[in-house]
Order: sequence, then C-alpha cells, then structure tokens
Amino acid sequence: MNYFPDEVIEHIFDFIASHKDRNSISLVSKSWHKIERCSRKRVFIGNCYAINPERLIQRFPSLRSLTLKGKPHFADFNLVPHEWGGFVHPWIVALAKARVGLEELRLKRMVVSDESLELLSRSFSSFKSLVLVSCEGFTTDGLASVAANCRHLRELDLQENEIDDHRGQWLNCFPESSTALTSLNFSCLKGETNLAALERLVARSPNLESLKVNRAVPLDALTRLMSCAPQLVDLGVGSYENEPDQESFMKLMAAIKKCTELRSLSGFSEVAPLCLTAFYPICQNLTSLNLSYAAEIQGNHLISYFELQELRVFPSDLHDEEDNDTAVTEIGLVAISAGCPKLHSILYFCKQMTNAALITVAKNCPNFIRFRLCILEPNKPDHTTSQSLDEGFGAIVQACKGLRRLSVSGLLTDKVFLYIGMYAEQLEMLSIAFAGDTDKGMLYVLNGCKKMRKLEIRDSPFGNAALLADVDKYRTMRSLWMSSCEVTLGGCKRLARNAPWLNVEIINENENNDVMERNEEDEREKVDRLYLYRTVVGARKDAPPCVTIL
Amino acid sequence: MISELEMEKAESELELGLGLSLGGGTAAKIGKPGGGGAWGESGRLLTAKDFPSVGSKRAADSASHAGASPPRSSSQVVGWPPIGSHRMNSLASKSAREEEGEAGKKKVKDDETKDVNKKVQVGFIKVNIDGVAIGRKVDLNAHSSYENLAQTLEDMFFRGNPGTIGLTGQFTKPLRLLDGSSEFVLTYEDKEGDWMLVGDVPWRMFITSVKRLRVMKTSEANGLAARHQESNERQRK
Repeated sequence: MNYFPDEVIEHIFDFIASHKDRNSISLVSKSWHKIERCSRKRVFIGNCYAINPERLIQRFPSLRSLTLKGKPHFADFNLVPHEWGGFVHPWIVALAKARVGLEELRLKRMVVSDESLELLSRSFSSFKSLVLVSCEGFTTDGLASVAANCRHLRELDLQENEIDDHRGQWLNCFPESSTALTSLNFSCLKGETNLAALERLVARSPNLESLKVNRAVPLDALTRLMSCAPQLVDLGVGSYENEPDQESFMKLMAAIKKCTELRSLSGFSEVAPLCLTAFYPICQNLTSLNLSYAAEIQGNHLISYFELQELRVFPSDLHDEEDNDTAVTEIGLVAISAGCPKLHSILYFCKQMTNAALITVAKNCPNFIRFRLCILEPNKPDHTTSQSLDEGFGAIVQACKGLRRLSVSGLLTDKVFLYIGMYAEQLEMLSIAFAGDTDKGMLYVLNGCKKMRKLEIRDSPFGNAALLADVDKYRTMRSLWMSSCEVTLGGCKRLARNAPWLNVEIINENENNDVMERNEEDEREKVDRLYLYRTVVGARKDAPPCVTIL
Repeated sequence: MISELEMEKAESELELGLGLSLGGGTAAKIGKPGGGGAWGESGRLLTAKDFPSVGSKRAADSASHAGASPPRSSSQVVGWPPIGSHRMNSLASKSAREEEGEAGKKKVKDDETKDVNKKVQVGFIKVNIDGVAIGRKVDLNAHSSYENLAQTLEDMFFRGNPGTIGLTGQFTKPLRLLDGSSEFVLTYEDKEGDWMLVGDVPWRMFITSVKRLRVMKTSEANGLAARHQESNERQRK
C-alpha cells in the first residue's frame, strides 16, 4: 500500500465509514494515520470529557460531522446533579474559531444554550443537521436562530429535550426558500405550535421523510399534515385524549392509508383507543414502534407485526396495586417474541416476569441486539416459582450471541453475572440495579465481557475489591457508574492514584464537599455516586462544587 | 361458615368483594373470624366490623395520591423506575388528573363504553337519606371498599357538623348501613335507572355503574319493587 499515492489511499478510505474501522486504520502506520485523520469527516466522541475541542480539531481538520455525549446515562433518572457539566459551548466556540466546515452536530445529554445555538447558526454556512437528544438549557429562541440562519438545514431533530418554550414563532423563522427539510422533530416542545406555519413548511418540503409533532398538534392538523406529506417514513404523533368524531376519524384513516412508506411510529403519550386503531392498517409494515400507552397493548395487538424490529413498551400506570387485568406482564413479552421474528431491540417495562417466559423469548428471538427489561418492583422474583431470574437472563445472553446492550432487573444473584461474563461476548453496555450478592458478580462481568464499554450499576452490593481488581480494564471502557453500592472513598482514592489516566469523580450533593480535607476515618465512608472515565486531557475544569475529581 | 382457606385466598386477592350469598356462594368472601357475621341460611351482608383493615389502608394511600405525589411502592426509590423525567411527568400528571376526577366531562361518554376493568373517573355522587330533605355528595374515588363508603356515610349523617341543617340529633345510634339488622339499608341507582341494593357486586363493578346513593329506611326496602315508584317521586323533590 505504500506504493499508492496518498490520494488513492484516501479514496479507498472513503469507503470505510464505521468509526471503529477508521480508528483501526489509523493505527496501522504513521502515513495511514495521517491520511486517515486528514480525510476524516465524521467523528464520534462518546464522552465529551475524554478529549478537548482543540485536540480534536488539530487531529481532524476536515471535520464535517461531530457527535458528542455529555452526562452519564443515569442522568435521565435524576441521579446526576443538574449542574454536573457537559457544556457544548466551548466546542462550538473552538470549531467556529478554527473555521471548521461543520455540517452536522449531534449532541446527547449536553447543556446547550441559546447563545450556543445562535453562534452555531452563524458560524457554519454549510450547516445541515442538528440532532439534540436529552439536552437542556435552551429555549425556542435558540431554535428560531437555527431556523432563520441555517440556510441549508435538512434536519432538526429534538428528542426528549428540556426546552423552555417561549411560544414564539420559531417555525415562522424558516425562510420561504427553505425547502430542503428531510427531518423535523419537535415532539418534546410543550407549548402551542403555529399550525399554519407548520403546514406551510411541510407543504414546501417534498423531501420530508421524518415528522414528529408535539402534543399540541391536534388530530385534524395531523391529518392535514399527513395528507400533504404521504412520503413520510417516520411519524411521531401528538396526544389525543378524546375520542375523535366519526368524520375526523375517517379523514385520519384515509390520510394514513396514503402513507404507504411509513415504517416507524412513535408518540402516543395519551391516545384514546380509537385513535390507536386508526393506525392498525399500516402497522403491518412497521419496523419500529414506540408505544407509551402500554395499557392498550397486551400482546394481542402486536402479534401480527411481522416487520417489527424495535419496540418500546412503557408503563401507562405506575400504581402497581391496581388493574391487574391491564398490567403488562411476561405474557405480552412472550407474545411479542413469537409474533415479531425480526425484533432486535426491545425496552419493556412490566409488573412481573418468569424464567420460563424469558427462556421462551430467548428461543423465539435469538437476534436481539438490545434487550432491556425493567420489572417495576426491585428484587421481584419469578412470580410463579419465587426464584431468582438468573436462569431467564442466562438464557437470553446465551441465545442472543449478538447482544450489545442489556438491562437486567428483578431478583438476581451473582449467578446471572456469571452467565453474562461467560456468554455475552459482544456486550458493550450493561445496566444493573438492585442485583447481585457479592463482589464476584461484578468481577464476572469485568473479567468476562471483553467488549464492555459502559457499565452502570446502582444499589448493588459491589465494593472496592471488585472496583480495584483490574484497573487496566478501565482503559478499554468508556465509563463506569456506581451509585449506592459498597465502594468507599478510600477505594476510589486508591483507584485514582493507580490510574492517572482516569477521571474518578465523586458526586455528593448533600454535604460540604471538601472531600480531600476529611480525616482518615472517612476513607471508609461509602461513596454515594462514583463516575469514572478514561481521558487524555486530565481533570476537567468545569466541575461544580458537588463533584470532586480525585 | 367461611372456611379458613377461603379467607386466606380472599385476603391475598386485591379485590375485595361482597356477596349476598345464600349458603356459601361463589363471591369472594373476606373477613376475620369473630366479626360476629354469622352466615345464616337467608344470607346477610357482612357488617363493617368483619372487614379487614386493608380497605382503610388503601383509602389512606389513595388519599395521599390526590396531590399527584410520585407513585408508590416501586418508586419510593430515587430514579426508579428508570423512566426519563419527560415521561414520568406525563404519567404523574395523567394519574393526578384521573384521581381528581377532572375528567368529569368524559364521565358521561365513558359510562357507555367503559368495561369493568378500566379505570373509572366517577367522582362525586349524590347521597340522600330518608327523612332528610337536603342531600350530600360523596367522592367515590376516595373510597376503596363498601366498608369505607359505609363509614363515610355514617360520619356524614350521624356525626354531621353541628349547624348542618336537619342532620344533628336525628339519629341516636350507628346506622350500620351494610348490616341487614339496621334501621337503614343502602341502595343505589344504577346506569339503567334501576334502584339496587348496595353490596351484591364487587366494589369495582359497583363504582362503574352507580349514579347516586340512597339510604333507605328498612321498612321501605322490604317492598323494594313495589315501592320503587314512590321512592322515585320522593327523590324528585
């Protein structure tokens, strides 16, 4: 390969898109490293504190697309303080200053301000795509500047963000000349939408494939939108509590029938049953379904979703003492696994589970890549045998050889982790809550899962022995989260000493947080929340007082 | 007599059901022994004293939810269940609305379409007692069993606030509404307009079909069918 001119090699590299592969290429030789980095367009940074923007730009001057992730996953469940960090502003400032030709920015769990969005919209003339997932700190004013200034905007995808809705006219800010939209998702906005502006925008966007509206968009408006965008592939609906009248219903059905390309459906935060049935005719073609109104789904409705690949079933009611007949149980999961052979990703909340059901599910669906099961009550055993669910989850990891993500729940002993360590060879992310008996459990996982990248554990009896057994393991992982476990301050300090390439963060919201000044006795004090991650840029400078970096 | 096994089984079920059972019957029966509710051949309703305390606990729990506080049991723990705050907020506000009976406007429509198993937004219904012109209103959502309801009614009419028109001093002994031996019997008007004796069906089924309550003098109730017309006229006053 050394006899080829660089341009040829670069051209060959263009065909290699996956981050992993490109990372591997860059390790082959100095010359390949250089060619690769100069031609790299897309960079994925799983932890924004593992690197800084200056070094990023230095290495990848041709950067076009950047993905950044900030807060740890458990921030979604209020386990991370609000002010923890993950600010995107310094990144945008640095990228703007270096005149990077940024076209695409994807952020997850980061803090974004209107100022950042304004700067973004003015600094990158070819900017095309903004995807914000679980971010916060901005308002619809920031969206207005993006709409107004990003002339080539194709994608504006806002998923589950905390956005201060000023009920302004941000949708009006898309210029009339803007016709390039392919994806528009504002489902997380809480306020009223300017329906007329929305309809005009959709009407002049012939390439629009993905549209996800918010709760405030009423049924008749949705019907009209679908009618002028029958090319939609991905639809997110609002909230329709009241049963539609006959005429509205018929119109809705007619519009839905025209959307023959529809493959993905979401929304339904509160949907009257009749509305849901309107979508049944197209459900045969669906590959992805995100159903929040779980009470309606008892497996029966889903049995014939042959094409379904991804499914999320959330609880509709968290009061577990009521409605036995409509509670989501193992029966639904088994029915889904039997009826949806192409299913590879599932998130399933339920009231109860059995080993037998999980074993059946494993047999039916050996293709799971993501399997996340959440039994609402912690430590709940198999409700028919009163045993732990070790065997059930064991069957899952054994059968699903391609499993990359797993969340376990219910009553679990160290044994389930033995199974996971033994069989889950491709596992990259594992979420553990209220499980295990001893350090052995965690050790099985750390020793066995060679591809582990993110391990997050809460309320489980794992302590210093497990934490410190193999420090180098953390070089191969992105991060480890442990909260309400048995690790102590002393253990964490030791880890930090032995691994200077790790940021070991102790999060402690309640007390006076000058951890380092405490006396020796406190070394034995248990750490409330521990978050550690590998980094090449040392301790971050923007940590709030409640975070101590050891 | 109720067997121990039947009682244990019944206690483990979440549904408390009452039955006017003639010689044993199939309705789930609850009750600790010694409550004094001997099952005679003619069958009688259990007295309030027979019921275990589960009912009142549940009432207390549901009362505490009225303020849209976080769901209980699995969610006493921070950040559990692992549902994003976005979704949690919509779940919490949904259940708050249901409990406050805010969906009152849906009530009428829902009466026709509801089946037993769905959550019902019944809210407040009228209660009248024979001999008293002015009626009261009681919130069925705040009750979880017949015993509960009977207690509330008793408190309302027997231990009414001084100064409440026509209610004080009227009754000198407990009403014991669910006990066939009392001076009064509790009846209700159902969706179809019929007046029925309270207690035959499981509580959940009852609250989906009840429209109003009437505490009737037992002497009236004996000829329930025959008196139906007459009591209807009285109600219309």
